[in-house]
Amino acid sequence: MNMHEYQAKELLRHNGVPVPVGYPAFSATEAEFAMLRLPSETAVVKAQIHAGGRGKAGGVKLVQSLQECRAVAESLLGKTLVTPQTGSEGKVVNRLYVEETASIDKEFYLALLLDRSLPAVTIVASTQGGMDIEEVAAKTPEQIIKVPIDCSIGLKDFYSHRLSIALGLQGTVHEPQFHTLLQQLYSVFFKYDLSLLEINPLAISGDKLIVLDSKLTADNNATYRQQALQSLRDFAEEDARELEAAKFGLSYICLAGNIGCLVNGAGLAMATMDIVKHYGGRPSNFLDIGGGANADQIKQAVRIVLQDQSVQAIFINIFGGIVRCDLVADGLITTVKDLGCKVPIVVRLEGTNVDAARDLLKQSDLSFTIANDMADGAQKVVAAASKAL
Amino acid sequence: MAILIDEHTRVITQGITGRTGKFHTRLSQEYASSCMVGGVHPRKRGQTVLDLPVFGTVAEARAATGASASVIYVPPPAAADAIIEAIDSEMELIVCITEGIPTLDMLKVSAALRKSSSRLIGPNCPGVISPGRCRIGIMPGYVHKQGCIGIISRSGTLTYEAVWQTSNSGLGQSTCIGIGGDPIIGTDFVALLELFEQDPETKGIVLIGEIGGEDEIVAARYIKDSVSKPVVGFIAGKTAPRGKVMGHAGAVVSGGKGGAEEKMEALATAGVQVAKSPAEIGALMAQALSS
Repeated sequence: MNMHEYQAKELLRHNGVPVPVGYPAFSATEAEFAMLRLPSETAVVKAQIHAGGRGKAGGVKLVQSLQECRAVAESLLGKTLVTPQTGSEGKVVNRLYVEETASIDKEFYLALLLDRSLPAVTIVASTQGGMDIEEVAAKTPEQIIKVPIDCSIGLKDFYSHRLSIALGLQGTVHEPQFHTLLQQLYSVFFKYDLSLLEINPLAISGDKLIVLDSKLTADNNATYRQQALQSLRDFAEEDARELEAAKFGLSYICLAGNIGCLVNGAGLAMATMDIVKHYGGRPSNFLDIGGGANADQIKQAVRIVLQDQSVQAIFINIFGGIVRCDLVADGLITTVKDLGCKVPIVVRLEGTNVDAARDLLKQSDLSFTIANDMADGAQKVVAAASKAL
Repeated sequence: MAILIDEHTRVITQGITGRTGKFHTRLSQEYASSCMVGGVHPRKRGQTVLDLPVFGTVAEARAATGASASVIYVPPPAAADAIIEAIDSEMELIVCITEGIPTLDMLKVSAALRKSSSRLIGPNCPGVISPGRCRIGIMPGYVHKQGCIGIISRSGTLTYEAVWQTSNSGLGQSTCIGIGGDPIIGTDFVALLELFEQDPETKGIVLIGEIGGEDEIVAARYIKDSVSKPVVGFIAGKTAPRGKVMGHAGAVVSGGKGGAEEKMEALATAGVQVAKSPAEIGALMAQALSS
């Protein structure tokens, strides 16, 4: 899960990390009041959305007075911001963060992340702070240092020294602060089961080191033991259908096409989207109903796929395996009757009792198209969808 | 031959009293009656499940049964602990089926694994099967057929798809391994490619990867240098949007890395027959073996 900048900073502040003073605001009046409480004369008003690139999209503004703060807050709240990370539809701003301003002498990039290939929690740092790090990595990889930490010995001082030398901080007044910061971030990473803790930029402001912007991503597998983080979830930032699907144990991701896909297993679900595309179709979603494929999940899955008005045909691809296909077919017939589904459905079933399942589908008075295999199904559903246009 | 497991493998189930553990242990007994020899549950020591003795610890189970392999169906909060216990008890092969283990727990498992000689398959995987000989995991036994193709995959049902195709074409499989869909897994493609390359029974290898991580790129390099047998590859997730986790916790294109095209290209450059559609896997393999 992702969290907002203000939530990430609150969490870091709580753990002793130096972050600027700031307050969240949900209205223009709250924004004004927030600015009033800041120690600085000026303030930065920042749109809170789950996406980077806000600055360039006009979501971060420097304000000199309370009136200006109010005006900026009014213009940002309710506005749709489009950044390279939001996609073309953008994200609506519902929350702001009003923060004190700081003079910046130098900026760094600092992140803790999981390097899967090692595997190890790795500290990534660069003197190219404030920049898009992917761009720095592509153009000048020598300006990025990566220090993998052996988790069985922890963040020992030599790791910190390696980093402060690389960033030119050795021997400076900032070095002890930097080493303390690294220890704090390392413990935060483990304490909250994070998969990414990114600080960009980390700034030198006079004799202080300060976290100007931060992004935290938590491991979804650890939700059960990180209940406190759950209260930080902003459901407005998440797709309503994806959330609803998750309630039923379904993994659903909405896409821009017109062919609904309903598959058991994540790998097969991805491969099904790929094969639909291969035959010239456009999948409208990724949907993994789980390896088991039980009747209730199929019912919920069909219902969720049909909520997408752009769906013109559905491809159901189930490799039953241990689940009996006749039971799957039976569940499917009931579901389609109950929901009064009007779009053509192509069904590919494989597994135990597949012949009985096909007979059931054929004998039903519903218009299922039976596919013999995955390729046959993909071609049939692409044809059905193009006929519907 | 076959790799990792055969009819002589003796297996215990950690989490045998749970619904899934019990169900699949029974199916494994039906598949190859002598392979399953016991179970472990710390608070159900002394009970009997499916005519198998339940032990309190893996060490105890190992000493009493002579098992060298363990399969784990323990729920996520206790699963990493169960794996580490199996490592500590020096089980040679550990297969963890559990989906949803916190990544930082797996980091500790991986550190323990490096200091041991145990091999871990998974987690978040369907398991390992040597058709006609031994089944460890949750895959449907009947789609498999004893034969000459080695299959390595990050997926579950997509693996069954490839298995089914190679069974229908008459080739069959020597061993099929689901290595798991999580960001941190115990065994990667390379280690298994090496075993299949050495296995005289295996004539061809199917490698099924997906988006996320760089394992397939590393595998491609290895294939180019060290694999003489024909390899057919498929990468799932060409149409997946960036930054979205596609069902498997490890299937995500992040920081511009781990995309399907890049992996397909690496495999093709290494001489792998890359299937454009998952429906072609079986046919491509048959073709590669006849030429």
